[in-house]
This record gives sequence, structure tokens and C-alpha cells, in this order.
Amino acid sequence: MTRSTVPVRLYVNGDRYDIEVEPRRTLADALREDCSLTGTHLGCEHGVCGACTVLLDGQPVRACLMFAVQAEGASVRTVEGLAPDDETLHPVQKAFWEHHGLQCGFCTPGFLTLVAGYLEEHPQAEEDELRDVLSSNLCRCTGYQNIVTATMAAAEEMRG
Amino acid sequence: MIGARALRIEDRVLLRGAGRFAADTQRAGELHMRVVRSPIAHGRIVSIDGTEALRLDGVTAVWTYADIADLPAIGFRLTPREELLPYRQPVLARSIVRYVGEPVAVVFAESSYLAEDAAELVDLEIEPLPAHLDPDAEPVDWVDAEQASWAAGHGENLPAQDSEASVFTIGYGDVDAAFSSGEGRVFTMDARIGRHTGVPMECRGLVAVYDEAEGQLIVDGAAKVPFWNREAIAAMNGLTPSRVVVRETHVGGGFGPRGELYPEDVLVTVAAMRLRAPIKWIEDRQEHLMATNHSRGQHHRLRALVDDDGYIRALDASFTLDQGAYVRTHGATVASLTASMLPGPYVIDNFRVTAHVRLTHKTPAGTYRSPGRYEGTFARERLIDTIAHGLGLSREEVRRRNFIGREQMPYERPIEAMGTHMVHDSGDYALLFDKAAERFGFSTIREIVSRRRAAGERVGFGFGYFVEKSGIGPSEGARVVIDDAGGVTVICGASSVGQGVDTVLAQVVAEVLDVPHDTIRVVRGRTDQFQYGRGAFATRLAVMAGSAALNAATALRDKAFRVAAAELAVSVEQLRIRGGVVEVEGSEQGLSLGQIAGLLDPLRANDLKEEPGLSADGWFHTDHMTYPYGLHAALVRIDEATGRLEVERFMVAYDVGRALNPTLVEGQIAGGVAQGLGGALYEEFLYAPDGTPLCTTFMDYLIPTSAEVPDVETLVTEDAPSPLNPLGVKGAGEGGTTAVAAAIASAVDDALQQPGAIDAVPITPGTLHRLLHQTTTQHLTTKE
Repeated sequence: MTRSTVPVRLYVNGDRYDIEVEPRRTLADALREDCSLTGTHLGCEHGVCGACTVLLDGQPVRACLMFAVQAEGASVRTVEGLAPDDETLHPVQKAFWEHHGLQCGFCTPGFLTLVAGYLEEHPQAEEDELRDVLSSNLCRCTGYQNIVTATMAAAEEMRG
Repeated sequence: MIGARALRIEDRVLLRGAGRFAADTQRAGELHMRVVRSPIAHGRIVSIDGTEALRLDGVTAVWTYADIADLPAIGFRLTPREELLPYRQPVLARSIVRYVGEPVAVVFAESSYLAEDAAELVDLEIEPLPAHLDPDAEPVDWVDAEQASWAAGHGENLPAQDSEASVFTIGYGDVDAAFSSGEGRVFTMDARIGRHTGVPMECRGLVAVYDEAEGQLIVDGAAKVPFWNREAIAAMNGLTPSRVVVRETHVGGGFGPRGELYPEDVLVTVAAMRLRAPIKWIEDRQEHLMATNHSRGQHHRLRALVDDDGYIRALDASFTLDQGAYVRTHGATVASLTASMLPGPYVIDNFRVTAHVRLTHKTPAGTYRSPGRYEGTFARERLIDTIAHGLGLSREEVRRRNFIGREQMPYERPIEAMGTHMVHDSGDYALLFDKAAERFGFSTIREIVSRRRAAGERVGFGFGYFVEKSGIGPSEGARVVIDDAGGVTVICGASSVGQGVDTVLAQVVAEVLDVPHDTIRVVRGRTDQFQYGRGAFATRLAVMAGSAALNAATALRDKAFRVAAAELAVSVEQLRIRGGVVEVEGSEQGLSLGQIAGLLDPLRANDLKEEPGLSADGWFHTDHMTYPYGLHAALVRIDEATGRLEVERFMVAYDVGRALNPTLVEGQIAGGVAQGLGGALYEEFLYAPDGTPLCTTFMDYLIPTSAEVPDVETLVTEDAPSPLNPLGVKGAGEGGTTAVAAAIASAVDDALQQPGAIDAVPITPGTLHRLLHQTTTQHLTTKE
């Protein structure tokens, strides 16, 4: 039995990827395996933990709950696309570093994309609102408080 | 540098998504392994048919027990009590399945999607047998003589075994004589701790390939104990250990379960050898929640003999531990630690505890952050609160009257913990209580609670005190190497599960060599880079690897001084090191560490009568553990209508002897508290009466989010440095978790104004609603 594949065109972090995937292939697997962008992590594959969060046309989505074909033509931003260059970190990355907002780092890409996506659209967000947004994702190492602190610091930095 | 809030050297890579976790290793031509698991908790395998699966294009092999019948059961890494041997787990089920999730077959295919398709086509016929789920029930027949003898694996014929795998008693003094003296009052406590576990965000995974060119089996994605796993994998595959390379990549959290040698790990390596292809296995979350070690699951029954002033003269305890279906690599570790750490910070003249390790048809259990202490601390601290209430004393007063005094340190309790004599190495338990009360404002909290309670709110304050243990030996080593350009590398046998060990080791070496810590590269968890390593468990690495790194860096500095002294024609006493440069005091002369490394090329080193290269090894050995200690306190509010509990404040005071990096210590505590809250309020593996697990997704196994976990207030003190290591450090990894359930329960009792109401965790809204409603119902009944 041969499985049919379909061509999909993805724009990830500004680069174009022309890939051939089975229609059932998740966006997360396509990013990780077909685009070799392994920064997007899979922690539950049922949409709860948020480790696979990416920005699809600027909106945070669970890459494990989407098929790659659904992202046809869309602009995808992953953790690899947050920093402007090899030397500089995105303000959210920098804040997570400075405020010890990560330990094992596995959930981190999901939190970074979630926070970056949210703050870029809601730069005036306050702590309660951000804590609520952060409750979208799971972290098992930090107890969240440094993630909250880092998020607040990033918000301030991004407001300039 | 030691003691500084240095930024982590691990983070830049992780923040950019450039880490390499288990699933991130891809090899050309790899086959994906998918495990076929038992859907039945207890049953007899009638048949397993992989024919349909093999018909799929791209499916290479389907294995059942018959295909790997030459493999022995998986061995014990820790606490290997002889009587547990018959309960060891086979790599694939032999003829009986004993829990839902037990591997019964395994499929290899060209893609992970295809492997899942194929696994679903494997036809299982399993005849169900009654499931035994209650460890408190009378033991039942467990394994027949054939299985027992096979699993024990020592060539002797054993009889059939029942579900009580082990019963052992430890203690000191004369408990029976104390209780029969007729003096004092007797208090009892019956306490239950639910079954939950670590659940790291990264599921397990392993990638193995036999490299024919090198003649080595390469295993990537290991964690926690790569050196022990190398020995086991080598033995299972009939290879010498030097032909097996086990490499830890990035590890997405450990907490106890992750990194132990599981059946799947053995299958990956055996398949790499036999199928001569790279084999990749990545666990999914549903598998994780029913296949990776569970933990906790204990039922304690305590009885204390207490003087009128609250002094505990004797403690008589027994507990059952729900071991699940097999005894895995941890052997009797959890039961043993529960028993020996039960007395905690208190003197207790006479002590006896009996552990019952009992099998049930559930996922096998092992260690989870603060194993045995989370459970024992809950039971013991509940008992202390009961004593306080019974004698009309304050909860604080009873604890103070029983503390081991500062003047009694080091305090030897005549029992063993993890095979070492138990000696509380240092501590001032009362002082930490004083400091916590002042820092967090306990008296103000009490006033506020009274005021709010008078206004009708259900608020409560409570606490728990505990002693932790850390720094288990026996040995750890490190090598510091400096290249000709002055680059510093630390190579060691330590492992990282994400706790920041690289940063801490770099800080220790940076302190000695006076170089920036973030220029140092740390290599660990790789069996081809260092010869020995015990692993990342039991909060041992700051003590063990930290001390080894200190010794290695000091030896390297000494060597650099000898070489510099010879080169500059001065004495070693005239030298000092600053900014990575060995300088002659009071002169402009100096040599950088890179220049000194250059002087140590093999030929010149020979002239200098030194070993070539600027490198040095350091070792640290110990036969005792260190004992950090702490206090957890909680302020909670219960919603009268719904039973919802809100943790308004959570406070931790913890003495770690010396904090190598306070930010990381606080981070460990905050993360530990979050996990402790999970076990106290949300997380529990529940089973249907037939043994079907009911919590196999994150929709029904509830991990706390940022909406549930409050900011943890921490007070890290350094009043009792350990006399047992050159850094004075005690480990910080587990003390955030230990007394969470105890403190929350104490606060909830206080909020309910029902002393002793909480005798089990997790405390659900349903429980609280019932406890709140019960009072009302009784009230109504009386009126009628």
C-alpha cells in the first residue's frame, strides 16, 4: 500500500518550504521533520500542554492540532524565528534568560511564541491578563513565577 | 562567583530552539518503534498475531516475547532487596499481562505514522483475569513458580509468590516497652497519599544505532543515569561496556521517573543490534501516563506515645506502598526512604516502622521528587497537628518541643538511609522556624486569618516541617581541561535533567580559575567522555559533582602554578591567579592559562616532569548524606459554595548550607512547590474497578497551570553548612516538594476549623464540599 502525499507550501520564519506530506501529517511533525525545525516541541499531542505553540499569521496555535495542509500558504513563525539574528535575542527570550524563566527548556519554545505573539498584539497587557494567557501552556519545572516575571519584563521592554 | 546569581550558561541554546532533545536526533534509514500495549489490567495472553501488521508496506518487523526470550528481566539499580527479584519486569510480557500499558509486542516501521498504523493491526487475544487493585486488601497469589524463578534470574527454583513483595521493619529503642509503660497519651493518624508522579514535559525517547565502522552501539537520548544504563545495555546485548556509548542530549525534565532503564529502552538497543538499522522510539503522552513509573500511593498508620507537654516518646508506624505490577530499577528505594526519613526533625526516643511493599495491577511505581519524604512528611506532620490539638498546645509548640537541638548536631539516628548511616550533619531547626516566622510575618498572618474568619471567610494557615537528604555518594569525578587558547572545559560524570548543573559546575570552576563562568564549556552525561558517573538523582550533584569540580579546578590551578613558577623562575608562593592569568605578586610578570597549556605540550611537559596538557582530575567521595531542612507554610481560602480551594500564599524557608547560585536554588524550590501542589490538590491516577486507568491524558491528569500556582515566597538560609564537603553545600532539588501536602492539609484543617479533617491527598473540591456540607447536615439532623 502506498500512501498518497500532497504538496504543501509553507512560509516559515520568512523562508519558503515546498514539502510533500501525507494529508494527515500534523503541522508540528512537518515543521520538525520536513523543515528540520526541531525547536517546536511535542509534549502531549492533544492540545493541552502548548509546547508546540507556533504563530500562524501572528496568532498562537497548537501545531499538534493542525494538519500541515491547513497551513498551506500561511505564514508560520516558530521559536527559531523569534530572534532577529544569531547574536541578538528577542525581548521575550532575553527576559526569560534574565529572570530564570526556564529550567529544562522543553516547554520554553511554546511559552516564548505564546508570549511574543500575545505581546506583539497586546503591548499594554497587565499581570492578571498575562497570567491568564500563560495558563494556556504547561511547565513542570519552574512553578511559573519566573515565567510570569519574565513576561512582565518583556512586556515593559516591548512597550519601550 | 560561587554564591552569585549568575545567569545560566544553558539558556541561550534552549531559548533559540536549538537544543537537542531525544526526538530531535534523526538518522538516515531509521526505523520507528511503536509499542503494542496491553489494554487489559490482568489477563492471560492467548495469542498475538502480527500478520496483518507485517503486510503493510514499510513495516520491517513485529516482535513478541518469543523473539526476545533470551533477554533477562530488568535489574535493580538501587536498594536491590533479594526478596524483590521475583517481581522484576520482563522486556515484553511473557504469558500474563499485569497492567494496562504493559508492552506485549513491538513494531518497527519506516515512519512513526506507519508504525502506529501497524501497531493497531496487531491482533491481541487476552483472556481477562480478576484485577487486584487495593494494596490494603489481603495479599493474593501474584506470580507462579515458573515466573518467579525466571524473574529472579539467579538459577534457583522459587515457589509461587504472593502480592506482598516485601515486608521489613526498621527502628531503634523499645517501642513496645514505651507503650506498655502506662505513661503518656496515645495519638493515632491514618493518612493516605494518592498515586501520582513526575510527568516531565518531555516524554521518554531513545535513538540507537550500531555503528559498524566504529564497532560501537551508540545510544542517544539517555537521561539521569547514563553510566548505569550503559552497563545494563551492554550486558543485555552481550557487548563489553566500552562498545556501548550512551549519550545524554538535552533532557526535558526528570523528577525521578525519567532516565531509568525501562523495557522500551532495552528494546530500542536490542533492535538496533539485531535489525542493523537506526531505531527511534518516542513515547507519546498517553503511553507516558500509563507506562512510565508512577509514584507515591501510600497508606500510613501511625501511633504515637506523647507526654503531656507534647514530647513524643515513641512512634510506631506501618505503611503500605502501592507498587503497581512490577518492581523496576528502584527496588525498595521508596519504601526504604519512607521508613528511614519518617521521624524527620524530631528526636523521638523509640521508633519502629514496618513497610509493606505490595503489588497491584497498575503501572509500576518508582521514585518521584522527594520520594518517601513527601508521603512520610504528610503522615507525620498530620500526626503532630493531631497531637497539638489533642493536648491543647499550639502546632508550633509541639514541633519545637520535639526538634533535635542545635547542640545535639551532628545527630546520629541509629538507622540507615539509602544504605548509609543516618547522621543529621548539621542544623538549627528552631532558628529556621524563628527566621521564617519573622520573614513571612506568621503572627500577622494569624491575625488576618482571625479577622477574615470573623467576617465569614473560610481561610486557614498551616505549616509542615521537614528534613530532606541529599548528596548520596559514594563518588563523583570531574576533569578540567584548558586548551592552548585558554578555553576551559569541564568534563564529568554528572547528568542534567534541566536543573542547571552546567551553570553551577562552571561557577565552581570559575571561582578557582577566576574566569567568567559563561566562557566555560561543560561536558556531561556522555559515557565516551568520562569513565564514571552515578547520575542525577537524590539531589546529589551540587554536593558530589560540585565538590569534584572544585577539587579538579584546584588541582589544575596547582599544576598551572608549578609550571608558571618554573617558567618565570619564581616560587609558587609568589603566584596568584586573576582573570585567568597566573601573575607574580607585585610584578608585571604573568602567564595566561592558555600560555601555560602551550608550555605543557608532550615534549616540554616531559622536561618539566609534568603530565602533558593543562588538565587535572578531581574526585569527591563520601559515605554519608547531608541533611537540609525546611518549613513550608500556606495560607488558603476555601469557597464555601463550590469547595474550590485557593492557595493565597505559599512560603518556604530552607537551609541548604551554602547556596551556590541562589537564583537556581529559589527556582528549584518554586518548581518543587508546584509539583507538590499537584499532588496535594490535583494529580491522581485513578482506576476503574477492572484496572482500566482513567487518567491517560492531560484532560484527566491535571497538572497545575499558572492559574493555580501562587508565587512562592522563599527564604534560603545558610546557617548550617555541611561539614561533609568542601563547599559546605546541601542539595536544593527536592525540598520545594517535601512538605507541600502537609502544609496545605494543615491550612485546610484550619480553614475548616475541623482539626484532623484532612487525612488524604489530593484534597479535591468534592472532599471540601462534603466536609463543609457535613457540618451543616449534622446541624440540621440535630434540629430535626
